[in-house]
Amino acid sequence: MTPLVAVTPEPLDLSALTDAVCQGAVGDGAVTSFIGLVRDHNQGRRVSFLEYEAYEPLAVRALNLILDESRSAWPTARLAVHHRIGRLDIGEASIIIVAASPHRADAFAACRYVIERVKQIVPIWKHEHFEGGDVWLEGATADPTDQEAREWARRIASPERSRGACA
Amino acid sequence: MRVTVRLFARLRDLAGSGELVRDVTAPATVQSVWQSLVQDMPGLRDYERTMSVAVNADYTRMSAPVAEGDEVAFMPPVSGG
Repeated sequence: MTPLVAVTPEPLDLSALTDAVCQGAVGDGAVTSFIGLVRDHNQGRRVSFLEYEAYEPLAVRALNLILDESRSAWPTARLAVHHRIGRLDIGEASIIIVAASPHRADAFAACRYVIERVKQIVPIWKHEHFEGGDVWLEGATADPTDQEAREWARRIASPERSRGACA
Repeated sequence: MRVTVRLFARLRDLAGSGELVRDVTAPATVQSVWQSLVQDMPGLRDYERTMSVAVNADYTRMSAPVAEGDEVAFMPPVSGG
């Protein structure tokens, strides 16, 4: 059986993850998915391949926390996320996210929220190997208690709702 | 008392190892474990303001207490996705 949350060195399987989310659901009208791919260029460098490293138990915990946050913001959405680690070549999927819900707006929003939060708080790192060298990429200082970061992800995920909330 | 220190990504490269067993004075905090570490490896100190920390695979603060046998992790800014 496909788990809803995983950090794995195995190639990711979007079809299996979609089945896992949608199994037995008859009330869903929308399924969205996000696939993150390894690009051949980054910040002017020609990328050869990436190596992903994770603090696995905490990464799984952080992914579950993100799904909980997303469910409380979009209670009708059902979600799953798998992140790959180890060596990934250009064009391979590093992350897949699936969101299903009765209506498309919640599915799109929940899916977007998950990827933005992954970039903020999940302890996974890219080691970029490019033509002429290698570098560890460093993005956000992970802090799951940072309300501002969480709100930012929520606004990005659902700009319409955010505008409504301000009005 | 003895703790296990976990280091990731560039911090691991700088230290030359991702896992170190360290003896620290009780009572210890994440902060005191870090201080003892950077005393031996001053190159790590650059990360003091941007890193995240965890005890037993749970995010926490520098002021959190650390007990015998705990796993204390120091993590550079993340770049998953």
